[in-house]
Amino acid sequence: MAVVSRDFRELRLEHVSRDFGQFHALRDVNLTVRRGEFVALLGPSGCGKSTALNCIAGLLQVTGGAIYLDDQRLDELGPEDRGFGMVFQNYALFPHMTVRRNVGFGLVTQRRPRDEIARRVDEALALVRLETQADKLPGQLSGGQQQRVAIARAVVVAPPLVLMDEPLSNLDAKLRVEMRAEIRRIHSMLGCATIYVTHDQEEALSLADRILVMIEGQTRQIGAPEDLYARPETIDVAEFMGYRNLFESDAETVAGGLAVSIGGARMIGTPVGAIGARATVAIRPDDLRLTGDGRIAATVEIAEYHGRDFYAVARMDDGIELYFRSDTRIAVGDAVRLDAAPARILVYAA
Amino acid sequence: MSAPRLPLHRRLREYGLDSVTLLVIPGVLFVLALFIYPFFYGLVLSFQPKAGDWLANYRKFFAEPFLYDTIGITLAIAVPATLLNVVLSVPVALRVRLLRRQRLLTTILVIPITLGTVMVAEGLLTYLGPRGWLNRTLLEFGLVDSPVRLVHNYWGVMLSLVITGFPFTFLLTLSYVTGIDPALEQAGAVLGARPRERFRRILLPLLAPGLAITLALAFVQAFTVFPSAILLGAPAGPTRVISIVAYQAAFEQYDYSMASAIAMLMAAVQLLIITLLLAARTLLFRGPASSGKG
Repeated sequence: MAVVSRDFRELRLEHVSRDFGQFHALRDVNLTVRRGEFVALLGPSGCGKSTALNCIAGLLQVTGGAIYLDDQRLDELGPEDRGFGMVFQNYALFPHMTVRRNVGFGLVTQRRPRDEIARRVDEALALVRLETQADKLPGQLSGGQQQRVAIARAVVVAPPLVLMDEPLSNLDAKLRVEMRAEIRRIHSMLGCATIYVTHDQEEALSLADRILVMIEGQTRQIGAPEDLYARPETIDVAEFMGYRNLFESDAETVAGGLAVSIGGARMIGTPVGAIGARATVAIRPDDLRLTGDGRIAATVEIAEYHGRDFYAVARMDDGIELYFRSDTRIAVGDAVRLDAAPARILVYAA
Repeated sequence: MSAPRLPLHRRLREYGLDSVTLLVIPGVLFVLALFIYPFFYGLVLSFQPKAGDWLANYRKFFAEPFLYDTIGITLAIAVPATLLNVVLSVPVALRVRLLRRQRLLTTILVIPITLGTVMVAEGLLTYLGPRGWLNRTLLEFGLVDSPVRLVHNYWGVMLSLVITGFPFTFLLTLSYVTGIDPALEQAGAVLGARPRERFRRILLPLLAPGLAITLALAFVQAFTVFPSAILLGAPAGPTRVISIVAYQAAFEQYDYSMASAIAMLMAAVQLLIITLLLAARTLLFRGPASSGKG
């Protein structure tokens, strides 16, 4: 009956793997989550991030490696003994229980005294601002309210770690932004360490202290949101982080950086890692500026109005497409000149 | 100033009645001809006894232990068989839900239904009889000194009801069990509930309405037991179920009126039990067994 201690310093994943038959869902994942930290597992769907979360929760057995909470080995314990809080993608609220009984479930299984349960459930409901809905059934609540109940149910047991599996993916865009702020508020109030699975880079960037980018079951990069955004270490991370303009080029080391060719124009870029004679160039649409004296010439093929600005696709003389953003009105067929700062042109080994 | 009156067919359509509604007529005729009419025919017939006043049949039934005992005898077989089938179905369905080769197992379990009670009864008669494989094996290994009596008594009927009834309750239960979102159990586990507690507090409450329906249907099936009670049971004594006396009244004494009265009493008992079950069901949660807006 080893119930995990509430207080902890760190959760460690050491060489964690999970195979499904011949399929390697998770390969050699290492991660340390410190107390109070908010870590996002970010990756495209099917990359193994939910598998990783389920392994931490104990809902899936690991097939290799180990998980520790400080000195205690966790991966041999069942989910019941880990004492974590978890928010499921579809919320998994018990449909036959009122909001109050849903939230109190974890305390009842801990055999807490009745008055303590009532007090802590009230506190948790106040935290998620659902005091007035306490006696309703989940089916009578809106999606956002159900989400709050799920969060209250996960945090009411004062878990050392809260696991969230794409909690916002079932909400509409407006509610998603609201709940994002809500999750940040609750995290800063409670200070419990959180592991948050998402495929939405914006969500990860705005919520997390650190992001682990996972692709094909492997860790590609772990770092602060700023680092991941500005300097992805590999080309697939760059692609996932929104570097939509990716193309091959010759590369030549010169003073001040690496010279590459973009649509015939010779530009200076920033190398990431060792680069040979051929390289892949990555530029974010936001980093391409529309200026009269820009060195890249292209013709607009698609222009989308996005309210405050335009998103456009232009084709360069060599046939390669460029995605870029513009504050001024542009139309299909316009000849445009684009430019980018050397720091914003990332160059990877091809 | 009143609004202009709409034509009749427009007004009927407001109530959901249009030409498509006519398609229910064959179904209604079918039910009237094959269910409602025979039922009321039997009901009226039961009040027209061969001798005596209109209640004579019922009075006779409750005056003779030979007749009224059959209600108790039938219940003593049907209730345990029903409960056993449903209670067995739940753990099996919970386990089968997790299997990949569900279809194979389901097929194997459905076979007894397709074979029919008579064939199962014949099979059991040979297999479980004093010179059947089971007893020969038990004797051979010295596990028993004399053959175990498993046919021509209560246990024979019981076994046959379990074999033919279990697949039915199992399939129904399986469909209810698979309707429960597995994430609910996972949520329970993460919140510290062990398997027993998860079953008691999450699965059982969500299954209960379905189990009430399963119990009702299985009970009706078991209560009307006839072929196996004759073939595998002791129809003169311990398994003298109510359908046997109805049969005897109709086809041995040619007293259709009495037979109808017995059939009406059978229906009354079934109706009573089902009403109780469904009344209990209204007290339970009956919403969807999944969560979220999905």
